[in-house]
Amino acid sequence: MDAFSLDFEKPLQELQDKIAKMESFSKENGVDMAAQVAELNKELEDKKNELFENLTPWQRVTLARHPKRPYALDYIERIATDFMELKGDRRYGNDEAIIGGFAKIDGEPVMILAHQKGRDLKERNKRNFGMAHPEGYRKALRLMQLADKANAPVICIIDTPGAYPGVASEERHIGEAIAVNLREMFNLTVPVVCIVIGEGGSGGALGIGIGNSVMIMENAYYSVISPEGCAGIIWKDGSRGPEAAEAMKITSNDLLKLGVVDEVIKEPLGGAHIDYDVAATNLKAAVKSHISELSKLSDDELKNQRYERFRKLGETA
Amino acid sequence: MPIFGKPKFASISTSKTKSKTDKKASKDWFKCKGCSSMLERKALVELLNICPKCEYHFPMTAHDRIELLMDKKSFKEIDKDLCSKNVLGFEGYDETLEAKKKSTELSDAVVCGFGTIDKQAYGIAVMDFRFMGASMGSVVGEKITRLIEESTKRNVPALLVTASGGARMQEGSLSLMQMAKSSAALARHSEKGLPMFCLLTHPTYGGVTASYASLGDVIIAEPKAMIGFAGARVIEATIKAELPDDFQTSEFLEKHGLVDRIIDRRELRKEFSLLLEFFKNAGTKEKSTAAEA
Repeated sequence: MDAFSLDFEKPLQELQDKIAKMESFSKENGVDMAAQVAELNKELEDKKNELFENLTPWQRVTLARHPKRPYALDYIERIATDFMELKGDRRYGNDEAIIGGFAKIDGEPVMILAHQKGRDLKERNKRNFGMAHPEGYRKALRLMQLADKANAPVICIIDTPGAYPGVASEERHIGEAIAVNLREMFNLTVPVVCIVIGEGGSGGALGIGIGNSVMIMENAYYSVISPEGCAGIIWKDGSRGPEAAEAMKITSNDLLKLGVVDEVIKEPLGGAHIDYDVAATNLKAAVKSHISELSKLSDDELKNQRYERFRKLGETA
Repeated sequence: MPIFGKPKFASISTSKTKSKTDKKASKDWFKCKGCSSMLERKALVELLNICPKCEYHFPMTAHDRIELLMDKKSFKEIDKDLCSKNVLGFEGYDETLEAKKKSTELSDAVVCGFGTIDKQAYGIAVMDFRFMGASMGSVVGEKITRLIEESTKRNVPALLVTASGGARMQEGSLSLMQMAKSSAALARHSEKGLPMFCLLTHPTYGGVTASYASLGDVIIAEPKAMIGFAGARVIEATIKAELPDDFQTSEFLEKHGLVDRIIDRRELRKEFSLLLEFFKNAGTKEKSTAAEA
C-alpha cells in the first residue's frame, strides 16, 4: 500500500501497516481480532482527520505537487463532454503546456484553457512540466477571444510552477505575452471563471488568471514566487522553503482572507488524489454555480465586475 | 516567475557596493561598469549619470528623471505619501521599509504625477531602484493604477519609466495582483484611444516586465539596460547552459522585436516631446464624432 507517500503521512502509513498485519495474522491463525482492528481503524480515521485539518502551508505545497494529483485533463474528462482541443497561436507554434478548446458542461458550450502537466517522463517532457512558453499564453488569448465570439463562458484551469524561464521564452517575450493576456482578459464580455487546481505559480498562473471569479482547490497554492525561490532570495537559503510558504500566506484559506480568491473548493480527505471523482464533482458544482450567477450580468457589467474585483486588491497606508 | 537572484550591478546612488579588491572604490569614487574607469559620483550626476568615457547609463533617481522629462516647475506629484503596509506580518519588512524611506527620502519605489514636455500634458510614473530594488508591492501597483486612471480621466497620454527587480515577495500574492490591477487600468486607458509609452531602464525584470513594462504602445529602452522576465541566473540553472553575451540587453530586445527604439538619455526629452506631438489628436475621437453628429 502506498496510499500515504508523503513524509508527513508516515504515522498514517505505520498505522495502516499495523492494521494490515493484524488482519493477516487474524486470518492465518483463525483468531478473531475484529474488535482490535476496528479500534485501530478508528484511530487511523481520527489521526487522518486531525492531520489533514491542521496541515502546515508546506505540507499543502507537497500535496499540491503530489505526483498522483489530478491534472487538468483528469478534471476535464470528468466535468465536461465533447472537448474539442484547438491548437496553436497562429504565430509560432503549439505549446503543449497550455491546452485549450471548446467543450460542453451539461450540454452548454464553454471554452476551457488549462495548464497541463505530464504524468510520466515522456509526457512530462512533452508538457514541459506545465511551464508554458509565450506561444502558450498567446494561444490561450486567441481562444478566449474566440469564446467571446461564441458567447461561451471561459474556464481557466491553473496548474503551473511558473512560466518557463529559458532563452527561447525570453527571445519571444514571455513577459509581453503574459502582460497582453492580463490587459485583454479585462476586455472579455463573457464570464471568466478561474480555478487553481495545484500550483499557482506567479505570472505564469496569472497569465490565464483574470477571472470574474477565481477559485482554488483546498490544498492548492497560489504564490508570487515559489517558497524555495523566496527563501533563496530573502534568506539566501533555498532549503527554508517551509518558512517562506508560511510567511507568504499562500494557502487556500489565507488567499480567501486576502481576497485573492473568492472560494475554496473542498477536496476529499487526504487530498484530491485520493478520489478524482469527488474532487471533480466539487469543482464542477462550484464552476457551474459561478457561471450561472455571472451569466445574469450584461457585457459591461461583466467587464466592470472583473475590473473592480482586481482593483480593490492590495493594502496601503 | 520572478525567481531571480539579486541583480549584480552597481547602482551609483546606493554607495554600499564597495569592491573589496578595489581599494580605490569609495563613497566618492567608483569603477564604471562599462569601461572600468574611475568615476566621481558628484561629477556624474551633472552628466545625467552617463559615463563620459564609454557612455554607460547608470540608474537615475526618480526625481532626477522627472527633472529630465518635464518642463521646469510643471510637475505636480500625486499620492506622494502612500506607504506600504506589512499586511502579511512578514519578518523584517517593517524595518526594511523604514530604512529605505530614510535613505531614499521616498515613501516607496515609484513617484507619480502630471506635468508637461514642451507644454504637452501627460502623466508620468517613475520607478526608483534604490527603494527595495523597485520591487512592486501594493503601493507601486496602486500608484501606477491611479496614475493611469487619472490619465484616462484627464484624457492625456501616460509615460511609465520602469526599473524593477520584480514583485515584492514580502507582500505575497497581493504583489502579484498588482500586475493585474495596473493592466486593467491600461485596458481602459487604451479603450479611450490614449497612448501609453514605456521607457525601460536598467534593470527591469519579473512582474513589471510581465505587466505594464511590456504594454507600451511605443517602447523605448535606454542603451545596454538589462530587461527580462526571469533572471539570468535562474535561466542558467534551468537550462544548464551559458547564455548569449547580449542576452536580455536592450539591444537583444530590439533585435528580437520588443523594443521600438534605443535612445540615449540625453535625447529622451526630445524623443518624448516628438512622440507626444504625434499623438496630439489621440483620445479625442469621441468628441469629434459627437461634434459631427
